Amino acid sequence: MGTTDVTDPRYYHRVVDCQWACPAHTNVPGYIRLIAQGRYADAYLLNRESNVFPGVLGRTCDRPCEPACRRGRIDADPVAICRLKRVAADLRGDITDRLPKPATRKNGKRVACVGAGPASLTVANDLLPFGFDVTIFEQSAEPGGLMRVNIPAFRLPASVLDEEIGYITSLGADMRYGTRIDSMRALLEQGFDAVFVGSGAPKGKELDIPGRWDAPSQVHIGIDWLANVHFGHVREVAPRVLIIGVGNTAMDCCRTVKRLGATDVKVIARRGRKQFKASPWELADAEEEQVEIVEYHAPRRFVVEGGVLTGMEFDRVEWHTDARGRQVSTVVGETTIPCDVVILAIGQDNAFPWIETDIGIDFDQWGMPTVDKATHQSTRAGVFFGGDAAWGPENIIWAVAHGHQAAISIDAHCHGRSVAERPPEGMTLTSAKIGMHAWAYENAYDLASRARMTHESLEKRFADLSVEVELGFTPEQAAREVQRCLNCDIQTHFTASLCIECDACIDVCPTTCLTITTNGDSEEALRTRLSAPAVNTDQPLYVSDGLPQTKRVMVKDEDVCLHCGLCAERCPTAAWDMRTFDLRLPYAGQGAA
Amino acid sequence: MTSIAKPPVRHPSARLNGLGLALRDYEGAMSTLCAGCGHDSVTAALVQACWELDLPPHRAAKMSGIGCSSKTTAYFLKQSHGFNSVHGRMPSVTSGAAAANRGLICIGISGDGDSLSIGLGQLSHAIRRNVDMLYVLENNGVYGLTKGQFSASADLGSRSKRGEANEQAPIDPVLLALALGATFVARSFSGDKQQLVPILKAGLAHKGLALIDVISPCVSFNDHEGSTKSYAFTRAHEVEAVHADFIPLRHAITVGEGSEPVQVVQLHDGSSVRLRPTADDYDPTDRDSAYAHVRGCQARGEIATGLLFVDETGKDMHDFLHTVETPLIDLPYEQLCPGAAAMDDLMSRYR
Ligand SMILES: Cc1cc2nc3c(=O)[nH]c(=O)nc-3n(C[C@H](O)[C@H](O)[C@H](O)COP(=O)(O)OP(=O)(O)OC[C@H]3O[C@@H](n4cnc5c(N)ncnc54)[C@H](O)[C@@H]3O)c2cc1C
Ligand SMILES: Cc1ncc(C[n+]2csc(CCOP(=O)(O)OP(=O)(O)O)c2C)c(N)n1
Ligand code: SF4
Ligand code: SF4
Ligand code: SF4
Ligand SMILES: [Mg+2]
Repeated sequence: MGTTDVTDPRYYHRVVDCQWACPAHTNVPGYIRLIAQGRYADAYLLNRESNVFPGVLGRTCDRPCEPACRRGRIDADPVAICRLKRVAADLRGDITDRLPKPATRKNGKRVACVGAGPASLTVANDLLPFGFDVTIFEQSAEPGGLMRVNIPAFRLPASVLDEEIGYITSLGADMRYGTRIDSMRALLEQGFDAVFVGSGAPKGKELDIPGRWDAPSQVHIGIDWLANVHFGHVREVAPRVLIIGVGNTAMDCCRTVKRLGATDVKVIARRGRKQFKASPWELADAEEEQVEIVEYHAPRRFVVEGGVLTGMEFDRVEWHTDARGRQVSTVVGETTIPCDVVILAIGQDNAFPWIETDIGIDFDQWGMPTVDKATHQSTRAGVFFGGDAAWGPENIIWAVAHGHQAAISIDAHCHGRSVAERPPEGMTLTSAKIGMHAWAYENAYDLASRARMTHESLEKRFADLSVEVELGFTPEQAAREVQRCLNCDIQTHFTASLCIECDACIDVCPTTCLTITTNGDSEEALRTRLSAPAVNTDQPLYVSDGLPQTKRVMVKDEDVCLHCGLCAERCPTAAWDMRTFDLRLPYAGQGAA
Repeated sequence: MTSIAKPPVRHPSARLNGLGLALRDYEGAMSTLCAGCGHDSVTAALVQACWELDLPPHRAAKMSGIGCSSKTTAYFLKQSHGFNSVHGRMPSVTSGAAAANRGLICIGISGDGDSLSIGLGQLSHAIRRNVDMLYVLENNGVYGLTKGQFSASADLGSRSKRGEANEQAPIDPVLLALALGATFVARSFSGDKQQLVPILKAGLAHKGLALIDVISPCVSFNDHEGSTKSYAFTRAHEVEAVHADFIPLRHAITVGEGSEPVQVVQLHDGSSVRLRPTADDYDPTDRDSAYAHVRGCQARGEIATGLLFVDETGKDMHDFLHTVETPLIDLPYEQLCPGAAAMDDLMSRYR
């Protein structure tokens, strides 16, 4: 293998599993260390740089970082990254004077955003400080999109949303509430320099099986129903409810109906638990509230008697893998489950009835816009898409990541630069050594197991729809949990010319990451010669230049490095050093003037 | 010194040995030696060898004298017995331990100062008695612990860190051991575990004293230009005279694999070593041939390494002394101490 190029920021970035997995590349170890130091406001602001809504996300994020977290490969449970974010938000104190300020000089560029969900808000957040005029058109009376109308208040209090959205709107966004955009043509005619479409995926999927339309008042579409609860149009529900589907929406529906008086709540899934879309923690929370999860049931028809829905008929199915490796089901029986209400939570579709087909914005056969993955630009220059509107339903953190990228494009477009030329990621790498045997981080390994979130009692949480269930970590819990983080951003950095091949680093490494061996042409072959070949091969191998004495190479398998720094402590020549890696992400406003 | 203890974490694919122990179960306390010390690599090689041999830690006795090298017994086999004796006295304390308990696996660790100066007489007699032990001599050419004075193994012309050349001829522990009739003599290098680990395993399986001279550089006082015991010098001048593969018990032996001549020596416990000399005229089971070869290398400025000589037919201390098979601790009290009458009877035989 060739010598690894560690000057490419992507090498060390990949080593920070959580940051790599986060769509917005939040500097997780950085903020966890700040929390450990009690610097909650700094931790909050570091978060906010990349993910914009730390308080919201610290409660609701889909957490792609956690399954990726290195700690999970060491002792089964990842660091509670997400809830530590909430700690930073809860304890941050007053940070208002450290937030970006409204621009003092306008740059004369006008940007329109459709929808006030997280994607549009991120665009506004990134552009307003640089003097852009940003107008956000939102059909409802409040900002936040699905974060507000669909995510129930018992998971995300309105005050948290208000505060963090307020940080953005107070930068001078022109908020046009109650204004639905009905024609893209008309919007374009208003002469904006750029338009961002952040209108989400607003249409809940239908289940068109027999009986669907025979008792319409008893069958609801999940996302619409949740919105109706939010707006107070729905205040109670009949005792027996079936939720069809087992994704995030289903989880929020089942927990909401429990709070509106339902006593017998079943979530019906076609597949087994392993294939569920809902996250394991959401399932656990629902089950804690005595929601029953029913696996392997495929809906056949609604049972309606005399215009009244009395139940639903299901095929009981079994799944197996066919000759081509696909999952196929066979029907092994049928059941009828009695119920008074059915809520369909089987997914969302995009819908753009308001975008004319003859204005240069191309759509594919499924009605999705043709959007460039990197620039977020549609086929019409100056019109950008992001969030759920771009490629279908995702989550808040993806919407934020899209917002950042779209803002970079809008900035470039408005200033006549090419949107295709993306500003590069950068990094800084500074030695973490602050003495003979002292590091700028705590390198000791803490054996603690993952902290458990305390929940409000069932009694209290069912008393009021908006009682927040999760109480957050106590400062003591947080202080312990931060020590579980392995500081993956404190990187092992090697200088081949200094190595005397004493083996000290190899002998001391607790997880056998290091090998000095002869190089070969393929990574595959090299992996077989490692002292301890990795189970997980997603993490890269570092391969050094030839070593001075024997011309062999130092190979480091990044997979289970604990970043304990022992290799650097035992190295007599400082060939291994621990260096703090700081990824420099590009944002709007940093491009050439 | 390291700032933290080694995290008690295992590699996800770490295997267990025949006793159900992981490699890391054979480790000891965190080393306090200088970073980069060759002795730490010898420690790692011992951990590897003991783990691979399924050695029961509670059966081992780690014996040492004084010196950085002698400190290494603290850094492996944390669940074993140990005795850190006075300077140069490890061989006699080990002789006593081995005499009292034949069931112990004695692992003696010493240095070139500990063994070739103050302890030279001790070493010589342990060899002559052929105490059943592994004798690892961690050889760095200096007294490391007392800040780098030349030891008796320093080569002629070798320069100290301050620049003076050594003018006295060295004592080569390998030649000494061959001359004194040792039955297992090897030399290796701390920086070459592929060579060292099989030799350690064979030495542990050998009946009698297995002397392994391990060149183990002292990074602080003897790893500079002009040193003949540095990492760089050893790498440049080492010539492997005999390559040894250790073949555990009940493992099929394929004699003569490949084209090179191979000699298989069956060890005491049923395991064996495959010896592959690199020179045609060299016979590692012939003492004179071994002696001549090592002398030849020395004359050419080469360091001969490998399992240089082995004789598995030799008698050990227990054979010479006709001791009982059972460790003394397991003998019934009446047998161990047969009483005044038996004593009188014995005495009467000398009247
Ligand atoms: C029940 C449910 C629970 C969820 N829970 C989570 C969770 O816990 N964590 C998570 O990360 N994600 C969750 N999601 C997903 C997440 O809410 C969305 O992915 C995210 O809000 C998408 O953001 P967006 O900015 O693209 O659009 P949206 O949030 O959908 O906002 C779009 C906005 O555009 C407005 N709009 C649409 N069309 C027009 C128009 N023509 N004119 C004017 N305004 C218009 C809408 O009113 C809306 O306010 C959940 C989704 C649902 C349905
Ligand atoms: C009786 C006695 N004499 C002298 C000393 C001082 N002393 C301590 S260690 C040592 C030499 C150690 O050299 P070596 O065995 O080569 O060990 P190294 O530190 O080089 O590994 C000496 C002379 C002592 N501790 N005890
Ligand atoms: S251990 Fe810490 S830095 Fe490493 S992946 Fe997990 S949270 Fe991120
Ligand atoms: S920091 Fe060094 S010693 Fe620690 S686990 Fe990583 S490679 Fe091993
Ligand atoms: S400890 Fe340092 S000098 Fe020794 S092998 Fe490792 S990197 Fe090389
Ligand atoms: Mg010495």
